[in-house]
Amino acid sequence: MAELTIVEAVRLALDKEMEKNHDMILIGEDIGDDGGVFRVTDGLKKKYGASRVLDSPLNESGIIGFTVGLALYGLRPVAEIQFADFIWPGMDQLISEVSKFRYRSAGMFKLPMVIRAPYGGGVKGAHYHSQSPEAYFAHTPGLKVVIPSNPYDAKGLLTAAMREEDPILFFEPKKIYRAFRDEVPEKDYVEPLGSAKIVREGEDVTILSYGAMLHIALDAAETIAKKKGIESEVVDLRSIVPLDIKTIENSVKKTGRVISVTEAPKTSGFSAELSALVAERFIEYMEGPILRVTGYDTPFPYYYEHEYMPTPKRVMMAIEEVYNF
Amino acid sequence: MRRILKLNGSIDEKLEPEVPKEELLKWLDIMITLRTLDEKGMKLQRQGRIGFHVPIHGQEAHVGAAAALKESDWIFPAYREHGCALYRGLPPADIVNHMFANDLDPQKARRIPGLFGDNKIHFVTPSAPIGTQIIHAVGAAYGAKYLKDGNVTIVFFGDGATSSNDFHSGLNFSGVFQTPTIFMCQNNGWAISLPRARQTAAEKLSDKAVGYGMPGIQIDGNDILAVYVTVKEAAERARKGEGPTLIESITYRMGPHTSSDDPTKYRSKEEIAKWEKMDPITRFGDYLVQKEFLSKTDITKIWKKKDEELKELIEAASKRNPPPIDTVFTDVYAEMPWNLKEQQEEAVELYGGKK
Repeated sequence: MAELTIVEAVRLALDKEMEKNHDMILIGEDIGDDGGVFRVTDGLKKKYGASRVLDSPLNESGIIGFTVGLALYGLRPVAEIQFADFIWPGMDQLISEVSKFRYRSAGMFKLPMVIRAPYGGGVKGAHYHSQSPEAYFAHTPGLKVVIPSNPYDAKGLLTAAMREEDPILFFEPKKIYRAFRDEVPEKDYVEPLGSAKIVREGEDVTILSYGAMLHIALDAAETIAKKKGIESEVVDLRSIVPLDIKTIENSVKKTGRVISVTEAPKTSGFSAELSALVAERFIEYMEGPILRVTGYDTPFPYYYEHEYMPTPKRVMMAIEEVYNF
Repeated sequence: MRRILKLNGSIDEKLEPEVPKEELLKWLDIMITLRTLDEKGMKLQRQGRIGFHVPIHGQEAHVGAAAALKESDWIFPAYREHGCALYRGLPPADIVNHMFANDLDPQKARRIPGLFGDNKIHFVTPSAPIGTQIIHAVGAAYGAKYLKDGNVTIVFFGDGATSSNDFHSGLNFSGVFQTPTIFMCQNNGWAISLPRARQTAAEKLSDKAVGYGMPGIQIDGNDILAVYVTVKEAAERARKGEGPTLIESITYRMGPHTSSDDPTKYRSKEEIAKWEKMDPITRFGDYLVQKEFLSKTDITKIWKKKDEELKELIEAASKRNPPPIDTVFTDVYAEMPWNLKEQQEEAVELYGGKK
């Protein structure tokens, strides 16, 4: 079995699905001969031709709107937004159109489409190549939001997303695009959306996370287990819409302590939603405060990006705080 | 500006299309239905029996666009193109039930009256943000080109929409990818309170086509024959792989923007009186009378018949109940997630059981 990075796993998922399904069309900026600025689509234009791998004019609103048209017409488009930070010109399309087509037509029109975008900090990208905008989309009924944390899930979740009947935002953690390799089967498999994965079992504290921050959470969990014997259960949410409330429930009832680790600004981030859900539903099980370890409430900085984002140290401080409460 | 039905009642015979009599009578029938629907819709809104109305009055010649296309071509309307849906066989009862947001409303009482679509007739459900549908029609047209199914798409939008972001993205993508798309700009003179001159300093909206590498043509939008002929030509070009066309169809919104608007604040009676003389239904009716396809008395009978038909539909629609509350929660996703199931249960318990 091949050992692949996230970039390679995403490419393999696209490749296999294009091979299988003639209705699949890719569109995005520089995705053709250039293979995309992160090389995710490298070689796909050569293999499937310019009519299926469309280098688009430089206009994100246009890319998303065009993708809507393809999906309405019965095709299976996957759009690439070069950086999640550049998705905002397409926001009117996403919020006014993409999210509401099924609802406003009472199910007569549907949009099976995927919008892929690298997101998050850690690549010295500053304000416009680092943001983690998932909460904006999770707040819009009609959209699904998927965020893998490793190569195996990247292929399985993206394959599932490409076969869904709903529009999906697929955010790829570019900080770990090439950070490590996993065994990724070439054969067909899907990881279902709305199903979280427990990546480390523990009895003391539940840590909810996803994407690149999952690894910060894991790092902290391992270190504090060794140093202080506190055993954390780390839950990789994998998709935040739909959210696997059952897995969260089982874990937090067991540990009675909850932390979430996300890299977007703290105020109104997805961590706030997780805290609220746990408080509303499971407060009687809580043995300490429900804490958030997040980015700070500033625009994303350049020089101090690693201090801005959650670090294992900050996560360990939160673990100790809730454990010793 | 292309015009076939001249204002003096004569016709430009070189341009007159050959259309069977029955077909022409169908166009008139739909135009009269639309006008009657408007009269009743505005009254119903004023009486508080429906929430909103978007009048079409003055723009009925757009029916000619649907007539010029194949049934498999896709139509992306703005919100004054009900005639295209009627042309393709949408039962008027669907529109009336939608106006009343009752349990027979195909869109489950979710939408403000005037915004509707139907997938069976490839009439795409529109939205209220201006211009967003333009780029959708381009993506769909690319789909038709990719599948080589011979279909084209037409997208309607107003003069105001030519200022929108997606007018630019739509025409630009269409030019680049050479999609079989017809851009039908219904220049009705006014974008709510702003005249056409305040949307652009360009002399003609059709001139904008040049910047996107496609032909642009200006036509008399109150002349259903000009609409028909021009859309037909554009569709033929598109089907032959010759790319998109921008049509600027010059018409006039005789009524308010919507039932919430008061046009006396921004335009003159003289201007309206001028356009009254160019009424698309009167002009087309006169043409049919000159052709001896029907008499003036016959036309009066059609008006009376439409009035009665719609009265009955309104009577029936107004007596129905709204759909049950649980319908609010369906169709957000293909499958209902747990949070919506919980909220649906709560709402049903609070506001009433399922039907």
